Amino acid sequence: MSRAGRKRRSIGSRIGLVALYGGLAAAAVFLLLPFFWMISSSLKPDNQVFTVPVRWFPEVFKWSNYVDIWTKSGMADWLKNTMILSVVVTALQVFTGSFAAYGFSRIRFPGRDVLFLGYIATIAVPWQAYMIPQYKMMAAAGLVDTLWSIILLQAFGAFGVFLMKQFYETIPEELSESGRLDGLSEYGIYRRIMLPLSVPAIASLSLLMFVTTWNDFLGPRLYLRTPAHFTIQVGLKVFQADPQGSSMYGLMFTGSVLSVVPIALIFMAGQRYFIEGIATTGMKG
Amino acid sequence: MTTQPIASAQLSAQPGAVPTGRGQGRRRRSSLRWHNTLRGWSFIAPNFIGFAVLTLVPIVVLFYVALTKWGALGDPEWIGLDNFVKLFTRDPRFNTALWNTLYYTALHMPLTLAASLGLAVLLNQRIRGAAFFRTTAFFPYITSIVAIAMVWNLLFSPDYGPINQILRFFGVDNPPGWTVSSTWAMPAVIVVGTWREMGYYMLLFLAGLQTVPRELYEAARVDGAGAWSRFWHVTVPCLRPTTFFVTVMLTIGSMKVFDLVFVMTEGGPGRSTLVISQLIWQQAFVEGDFGYASAIAVVLFAICLILTIFQFWVNRRVER
Repeated sequence: MSRAGRKRRSIGSRIGLVALYGGLAAAAVFLLLPFFWMISSSLKPDNQVFTVPVRWFPEVFKWSNYVDIWTKSGMADWLKNTMILSVVVTALQVFTGSFAAYGFSRIRFPGRDVLFLGYIATIAVPWQAYMIPQYKMMAAAGLVDTLWSIILLQAFGAFGVFLMKQFYETIPEELSESGRLDGLSEYGIYRRIMLPLSVPAIASLSLLMFVTTWNDFLGPRLYLRTPAHFTIQVGLKVFQADPQGSSMYGLMFTGSVLSVVPIALIFMAGQRYFIEGIATTGMKG
Repeated sequence: MTTQPIASAQLSAQPGAVPTGRGQGRRRRSSLRWHNTLRGWSFIAPNFIGFAVLTLVPIVVLFYVALTKWGALGDPEWIGLDNFVKLFTRDPRFNTALWNTLYYTALHMPLTLAASLGLAVLLNQRIRGAAFFRTTAFFPYITSIVAIAMVWNLLFSPDYGPINQILRFFGVDNPPGWTVSSTWAMPAVIVVGTWREMGYYMLLFLAGLQTVPRELYEAARVDGAGAWSRFWHVTVPCLRPTTFFVTVMLTIGSMKVFDLVFVMTEGGPGRSTLVISQLIWQQAFVEGDFGYASAIAVVLFAICLILTIFQFWVNRRVER
């Protein structure tokens, strides 16, 4: 290759590199700016949220929003409810899901595959299609406006069964076979062999379930009526009750930050498991 | 049972396989099957009971309710197909909701597809900060939809919102009213929907890109293909299965869009962002017309089902 040619290519690739980083930087700003504005506005007095020109940084940091929110709203109750729901739902989903997945992937009996197909088929059905009969049943059982309704709603989904079964299929059958030779029962094999091996899958499922339950809005919005029973997502909507004339901007932004921070921390800590969980369920869904 | 030989061959590799003598084989085998059935169900039952009661039964009941008139009080009353007749012939709201849903789908699907594919291709280069960027792009997808919708709503504020101030700065004298304008509310929702989901689909595309053989790029480079032509002639064809999957997922997701609209605009202003899911909710829980709402739900169900079956069908053809 001639010298001029090499030089031209290196200039071309340098321009390409600048364009590449420029494009990525622009995308990153687009993705992060709303979060930045959210945090910055949560530290401003209400009348400083909208200014001309835009102030991206607070002039004076008003930390009191983070103190007031606990007394001026039901935030403490909402956080507590959300935490209870997320933990209980995750635990139930992990336990019943992994247990059922063992039945589906390791024990052969008539009707098993049809049953599993039934599970998978419901993943495609949107919740809003069957929320009405479900609501009528919960109402008949007297569960409306209790946390039980949300637990029942979320804990027995097909998703956990599906994710765990996908993972169990990758564990060689010989391991269970050797457990059987050692005299373990099926329950013993599940507990002593499969559970310890499936820790990564359980981590993925737990994180995804926790985040889903934490962020769920429609279910709690439909079932929880008393402010003391709200989750944080339903509670946040209270601040927005009057979208244009609201003077509670500070608390609204502060509440939003409080609802996002736990998820951000969990995501940072368990990023790998999130991505693996999505790769196993997303691609085969 | 035509699958008998296979079933028994598999059985022997399964729990508690007993070496069968000739005479007793059959009886042992059937008692083994009985045992396995019991054991299998004992694993599945804790999840299945909850799943059957809370998901399967409501799905089946839905089809019955859709054929009844059922108000907030009292019992459902059978009226046959009347709900569906009303739906397709006499209800302008359903028409509006269907069109709005299609409008959302027609813009959100290609925009998100292009954005997520573009990001994935950029990130697939060996560059610094790729891991940081992947995290950033995925983050909106896992944050609370209520928080982000409220923040975006205020970013979109017509008079003093940052977005319109930025537009004015760049010389747009009369920027749109976004969520308070019936023309611009849907585009605003679409922008937020794309912002939220592109990181998720980017991950799927990144996974797909791992399967493209590096040699193909090398070969194209040797043949003198530039970056653009390598993208069109190597990346795009190799990614076809992923692209197809993402397209169908995006279409289904767009057809059932709900919480984003619910939190940002509640279907307004007027009916300008009313989508099918929002209409089901309104009919059922605001107006207390459960029968009619269920009929709309059956239509939504059918749309999602058809799209899913289509996806499976094409996938199978591609795999063959």
